Amino acid sequence: MLQVNDLHVTVEGKEILKGLTLTINAGEVHAIMGPNGAGKSTLSAVIAGKDGYEVTQGSITFEGKDVLEMEIEERAQAGLLLGFQYPVEIPGVKNIYLLKSALNAQRAARGEGEMPAPEFMKLVKEKLGFMKMDASFLQRAVNEGFSGGEKKRNEILQMLVLQPKLAMLDEIDSGLDIDAMKVVADGVNSLRAEERAILLVTHYQRLLDYIVPDKVHVLVDGRIVKTGDAELAKELEANGYEGIEESVA
Amino acid sequence: MASEEMEQLVRREYKDGFVTDIESDTLPPGLDENTIAFISKKKGEPEWMLEWRLDAYRQWLKMEEPSWAHLNYPPIDYQEISYFSAPKRPEDRPQSLDEVDPKLLETYEKLGIPLHERAALAGVAVDAVFDSVSVATTFKKELAEAGVIFCSISEAIRDYPDLIKQYLGTVVPVADNYFAALNSAVFTDGSFVFVPKGVKCPMELSTYFRINAANTGQFERTLIICEDRAEVSYLEGCTAPMRDENQLHAAVVELVALDDAYIKYSTVQNWYPGDEEGKGGIYNFVTKRGDCRGERSRISWTQVETGSAITWKYPSCVLRGKDSIGEFYSVAVTNGRQQADTGTKMIHIGEGTRSYIVAKGISAGKSDQSYRGLVKIGPRAKGARNFTQCDSLLIGDKCGAHTFPYQEIGNSTATIEHEATTSKIGEDQLFYCQSRGISEEDAVSMIVNGFCKDVFQELPMEFAVEAEALLNVTLEGAVG
Repeated sequence: MLQVNDLHVTVEGKEILKGLTLTINAGEVHAIMGPNGAGKSTLSAVIAGKDGYEVTQGSITFEGKDVLEMEIEERAQAGLLLGFQYPVEIPGVKNIYLLKSALNAQRAARGEGEMPAPEFMKLVKEKLGFMKMDASFLQRAVNEGFSGGEKKRNEILQMLVLQPKLAMLDEIDSGLDIDAMKVVADGVNSLRAEERAILLVTHYQRLLDYIVPDKVHVLVDGRIVKTGDAELAKELEANGYEGIEESVA
Repeated sequence: MASEEMEQLVRREYKDGFVTDIESDTLPPGLDENTIAFISKKKGEPEWMLEWRLDAYRQWLKMEEPSWAHLNYPPIDYQEISYFSAPKRPEDRPQSLDEVDPKLLETYEKLGIPLHERAALAGVAVDAVFDSVSVATTFKKELAEAGVIFCSISEAIRDYPDLIKQYLGTVVPVADNYFAALNSAVFTDGSFVFVPKGVKCPMELSTYFRINAANTGQFERTLIICEDRAEVSYLEGCTAPMRDENQLHAAVVELVALDDAYIKYSTVQNWYPGDEEGKGGIYNFVTKRGDCRGERSRISWTQVETGSAITWKYPSCVLRGKDSIGEFYSVAVTNGRQQADTGTKMIHIGEGTRSYIVAKGISAGKSDQSYRGLVKIGPRAKGARNFTQCDSLLIGDKCGAHTFPYQEIGNSTATIEHEATTSKIGEDQLFYCQSRGISEEDAVSMIVNGFCKDVFQELPMEFAVEAEALLNVTLEGAVG
């Protein structure tokens, strides 16, 4: 589904990713772990198309299409969706309006008409219930005055409504207490499906107790230095990243 | 049509041996007492009105054009302007929509302007009578039954001289400022509304119904009076970009609210802003003021300003009556080379008076925008309160936003709150929306409309929808 090949990325003249290669197939859950500054968030940002990241070498393809040639919104319309570590506030824009615009933009890209309002409301209310969110969330401005946990739940809510093919979650566990993390993890687990893949970017192993990945990659200094199964995460938890770095060197 | 072409046309006509003739329909450029006498006679005005105009003109001669605004434009030659012109002859106008700037037509399309109105807005010679003429007639009947007077200012001067004498120039005196004095001398068009005691006007009044057949005036004069407990909501302007061969516009609007009266005045201004270099755009110098003369009266200004090359406009409220309320809700958008210096004045005179100011400025392209607001609390205005919120949003890095708040507090019991923010439309906000599959253009409009929400919700429903569409069209291509 997603193929990242020998990816080199520079930010403000500094090389962050130095030849990253990664393959994600439909139905799989991947976790990328690594120390701070290893380039974890850079990877998902480049896939989503954020400005300021220069790809100097390598390629990213999604279902055979060259992702780097696509506009930001085209990537989302193709089914690539990024859940943010720090979702931004948009004053005056209701949450429900953003959800509806996003869903209908994606439907339009697929040649489908707008979802009828009653059907849309039913869908949103169901997902809202699943994320243990109050209906008043829909009428509030996007992320404005949301607590850290509310913001993260809101990101997952968008995933549940938009149903991407590849859900990328950037440090979705940061700043969450244990109850909120369970709700977020339940949301992510409900996205697991044969036709869908999930990419988790995380610093800590604890999230992976709730969302058990099929594959764990260790990212150090812009490269994936080790790949394993869920056990690898536990190993990391016990020995830290230093052990891995040493074994590579 | 560009202004140079206009000028050429005007000059050519002049060269062809145009003579000042009281029987003709158009005056050559120039302004003196004869010009004013001509206008007054054309309008069939009584002697006292002519005297009023001449008084204004003589005071104007002694005045100087203000230069304090944060605006930059070449000096205006007031002798180069024609102060009275009949509508262009049909053979001089475009003969069909095929001859009209396709960009303008595209805009009409996007704004959803009905086909039969597009031609008239673009200045095409059309014989077809508007559907709305019959609509207007029906309205007139309903208004008359309620006792509401709604007519052109010229008609009012002829038919209701006592009301005119009692109220005209009492809110904006003839020599209030340079442009108001000029307007008082040469105004040719405008509206008059009178709502008698205890009457709530049964419908929203719109200039659109009255003016669509005639050319909108270059020097408009509007007077609205609400007697005790009367109410009216008045809509001015049109979201469609209006072409006008007159580059200088200097309107005066006066509102008078007596005890417990409520006047809501909403404007959507979308005059031609000029081409990409700013050439040929309208200069809009407007004096709008409401007088809350009665106790517990309320005047509310809501404006959406997207057009004109130059905007100089400060709709204000004089809060004379005890416990009266003044409100100002504004969205001003500048793009391209547009310049706007706009805001409000709230003058608290009476006890317990309250005012609210919510001003949202959006600057894009190479435009420059200033908010200028005065809150003045007089010595007798015990317990007066003001709340001001003024936010600027910048799109791109070549535009400018400035805020000039003035406060003159003459009373220690007053409460004044001022909040101001300036923000740049966030790359992060755009990326967030786009990464959800929303196009950049839609994302910008979503963010900007969110920014303006507080003001849009003050607009009458139908206007609010149009205003959003207008904003989107105005800001098209502002990013990227």
